[in-house]
Amino acid sequence: MSADTTSTTPKLNVRTPAQPGRRTFGKWFATTGWRHLIGVALCIYAAFPLLYVLSASLNPNGTLLSSNGFFSTIGFQSYIDLFHNEQRPYAAWFANTLIIGLTTAAASVFLGALAAYSFSRMRFTGRRVGLVSLLVVQIFPQLLAVVAIFILLTSLGDVFPALGIDNQIALIMVYLGGALGVNTYLMYGFFNTIPVEIDEAAKIDGAGHARIFFTMILRLVAPILAVVGLLSFISSTSDFVLASVVLVSPENQTLAVGLYSYVSEEFTSNWSVFAAGAVLAALPVMALFLFLQKYIVGGLTAGAGK
Amino acid sequence: MTMTAPPAPPNSTQDPKRKLSPAAKRFANASGTSLGSILIKIIMVALIDATAVFAIFTAIGREAWLIATVIAVITVVINVVYFKKGWLPAKYLLPGTIFLLIFQVFVIGYTGYIAFTNYGSGHNSDKADAVSALLQSNQERVAGSPGYPVTLYTGEDGLAMVVEKDGQQMLGDVDDALAPVDPATLANYTQLKFADLLSRQGEVTSLKVAISDDPAEGTLRTSDGRTAYQYTSSLSYDRDADTMTDQKTGTVYTDTGVGAFTAQDGTQLMPGWSINVGFDNFTRAFTDSSIRGALFSVSVWTFAFAFLSVASTFFLGLFLAIVFNDMRMKGRKIYRVISILPYAFPAFLGGLVWAGMLNKDFGFVNQVLFGGAGIPWLTDPWLAKFSVLWVNLWLGFPYMFLVCTGALQSIPQELSEAATIDGAKPFQIFRLIKLPLLLVSVAPLLISSFAFNFNNFNVIYMLTEGGPRLEDAGLNVGSTDILISMVYKVAFVGSQRDYGLASAFSIIIFVIVAIISIISFKQTKALEELN
Repeated sequence: MSADTTSTTPKLNVRTPAQPGRRTFGKWFATTGWRHLIGVALCIYAAFPLLYVLSASLNPNGTLLSSNGFFSTIGFQSYIDLFHNEQRPYAAWFANTLIIGLTTAAASVFLGALAAYSFSRMRFTGRRVGLVSLLVVQIFPQLLAVVAIFILLTSLGDVFPALGIDNQIALIMVYLGGALGVNTYLMYGFFNTIPVEIDEAAKIDGAGHARIFFTMILRLVAPILAVVGLLSFISSTSDFVLASVVLVSPENQTLAVGLYSYVSEEFTSNWSVFAAGAVLAALPVMALFLFLQKYIVGGLTAGAGK
Repeated sequence: MTMTAPPAPPNSTQDPKRKLSPAAKRFANASGTSLGSILIKIIMVALIDATAVFAIFTAIGREAWLIATVIAVITVVINVVYFKKGWLPAKYLLPGTIFLLIFQVFVIGYTGYIAFTNYGSGHNSDKADAVSALLQSNQERVAGSPGYPVTLYTGEDGLAMVVEKDGQQMLGDVDDALAPVDPATLANYTQLKFADLLSRQGEVTSLKVAISDDPAEGTLRTSDGRTAYQYTSSLSYDRDADTMTDQKTGTVYTDTGVGAFTAQDGTQLMPGWSINVGFDNFTRAFTDSSIRGALFSVSVWTFAFAFLSVASTFFLGLFLAIVFNDMRMKGRKIYRVISILPYAFPAFLGGLVWAGMLNKDFGFVNQVLFGGAGIPWLTDPWLAKFSVLWVNLWLGFPYMFLVCTGALQSIPQELSEAATIDGAKPFQIFRLIKLPLLLVSVAPLLISSFAFNFNNFNVIYMLTEGGPRLEDAGLNVGSTDILISMVYKVAFVGSQRDYGLASAFSIIIFVIVAIISIISFKQTKALEELN
């Protein structure tokens, strides 16, 4: 990659003639020019793999080797092939990922908001213990218990097939188990920034707790709901460990599990079809991410991240 | 602290009722009146109760007593909490807590239980299941036994057999042993036509119907769909002596307490059953040299990987933040947006794409950048470690870049101005003023980033699958495996699955994570800030 960066330097070497009142190139380079040099190198490092996938996906019937020609051929056959493979139902994976991600996100936001409201607005015995135990519980990520989750779902599935292995409802319920631990803290802090006077005024006007929560507080904390929803959507859609253990049959799987099987089973021959699948899977997430950049940056720095 | 603060709440003076959707309005009005809210509550709880009653009966029908009890307890708690006056916090906390208790707290405890069993391939179930599986598996046709004319039907549970035995029509399928059937029940089934018989040949020949509830009587099987023969096992189970005897060789297998019927020479009949093995898994992990070595090298690499990932992403991010934190520079926004792209790209895809690019024979890096050199980026133990760190740097540096930029910008400008007036050089200002302030605000994020990378399964597994495999290890473990990917591989990859050992590894990770957390909590005093 370092070879590519040097190609930009000749441009910079064209010296602007020193004019009275204008900075020389040397001066420009010393103050900000070298920063651009680093910036270009950075952009190549950051964006190159992404351009590579895009070019590979546009290379019809491409193998891993033939995908090395950068944008040398353009065609959309791989995108068509992607949707016509019965062993690997990409459309179903996509739909499953969306359904699981959106349901998990919506339910996590709701459960987390309920808990954060009570921690933020109510004083009760066991409140501090509750907050501390949430903090302790979230230290231990769910995927460490993947074996126990697998066995639990296997025995649940013997009784209720809808809650067993290879069922998406079961997977969503597993994800919801992690909802409180991760999200309550983020929300709790934000709930605390909403003045309690608002609740009190509403109470004097005769509003009950449910009315205050559903019609006032939820609207005022909308930004944190968006952040938590997005974080939970991203983490549940990119999960591989739990999804691969719970979802067995191809038509039930998510993109993470399905695309992994694409690569692990026919690695080099189907590369452009995989690349097409990767591009389509990444585009919505990336678009959402760039669109909501400010929110996410605020939310990520308040919590943990990649 | 513009970046570290959560997004600002909207102007709180605006009328919250202004833009209510009709549904929300209805809900608000309904919950405002006490009658309406009670009605909603009753309907919701009634729905839960109805589902629960149905579930409890299903569980009792399948003799799953524990599941039935748990559902009953949860239902009672829900009813008490929502119908008792007061207890307001519980009403809000209960829904999330139920999920938390089952799918996070319980499963962690359950992991602890499994770590003390030999659960895994060949030890999947209880003893009764193992006995019937053994009697089912080694079956042969009873010599000289008569054939039964058979008719095949399909029903809800797949194929079913109807035979005439002792002058009675008897029906049985894969789950249920032969039992007398009346014509009314038979109407629920459809008879298999000859054409279906051919197209479902495989299913037909593999169908085994137990003759009675006693597994020793054997099963009926048919190869042509017309005549069925009695098959019995070459093994016979003596319930009183608790032994399995091989009729042909006369070998006696006894239950010696290892979770399988074992002959005197040590050969075991598989499948066995799951038993409690005490600290056996932990003892194996720490004393069996082929496992101990793998566990040790994986643990060391896990720490190294997490630490180096945090260090590399932080220093690159900090460096970039400093470089682009110059007001005079144009186009900073473009650089920032492009450099954030890897962070927005799903991590699992990042690993898969890089795995293609770093492929030894066909990958872009070797073919184009290194002119066809066969550098084993992912198959050499040390290069694979480097590649994993390199890809994780690609995935993770934008986060640190954003965080450091935010932290740098939140440091008041006056501090550096004052220092300049006092005669400090730019580097001195950075090292003595900005860096300490930056570290204070970034330190908690570095710790959480360490914790995240400690269990960063996706990047490892998608890129190298943990490989290349450690040669001297007795397990399927590779040199880029971290603890969590080792757990996954021991439990779910390959034909030999050892849930007990995997859970023991999980417990070891729990202990390590707990120790790290205690230390970091003491450092950050996060607990004291709670009020």
